[in-house]
Amino acid sequence: MADRLSLVVFSGTVDKLYPVAIMASGAVALGQDVEIFATFYGLEAFRKGSPQKNMKMDVNYPEIGPMMMKVMMAKKMPSWYDMLVKVKEMGNVKIHACATTYDLMDMKKEDLDPIVDDVIGVTEFLSRAGEGGITLFL
Amino acid sequence: MAASASQRIILDARGSFCPGPLMELIRGIRQAKAGEELEVWSSDQGSRKDIPFWIQKAGHQLLGVVEEQGYARFIVKKLK
Repeated sequence: MADRLSLVVFSGTVDKLYPVAIMASGAVALGQDVEIFATFYGLEAFRKGSPQKNMKMDVNYPEIGPMMMKVMMAKKMPSWYDMLVKVKEMGNVKIHACATTYDLMDMKKEDLDPIVDDVIGVTEFLSRAGEGGITLFL
Repeated sequence: MAASASQRIILDARGSFCPGPLMELIRGIRQAKAGEELEVWSSDQGSRKDIPFWIQKAGHQLLGVVEEQGYARFIVKKLK
């Protein structure tokens, strides 16, 4: 059985992208492989240029979200994207773009940030996730 | 990365957040040789649980945790 953390990243807000990077780091610390399947808003978060300017937070928490963002900046928390870049250097972390979203949005390879490894369909992702370990939806 | 007088490798991860200090330690351990000692400095509260847990899981030895003003020093020996 594969020792693997598979993440379906549906959300594109910064507050949900942080747990993606932090859990991927934890998994790599434990020697697990990480598979990230970026779909819908989650794939938009990996559009070229987006990681550097995306400041979107969940609109359900207008009283907390902007404040947390300020605190994180004041305390110099690295961005979720920088954390992912680092963790990719340390372990076996693959970032897949969801083929359906990619096609729907008429994306091309060069529209995506180079951190994205490839474009795969849901069947391939589920088959990889099904080989073992933990699968989470964010 | 700098070595102290006792040739211990010092990883200063103060100011970095969970899991930053642990990731620094893992990176340091990978570069070190078996038998070498490392110290990771962390001001993050989560490290107090995370780092000892990882050291045990990875099969290294925690030689001690020294509390300093506003941070802790985790002293680790790489065993393999």
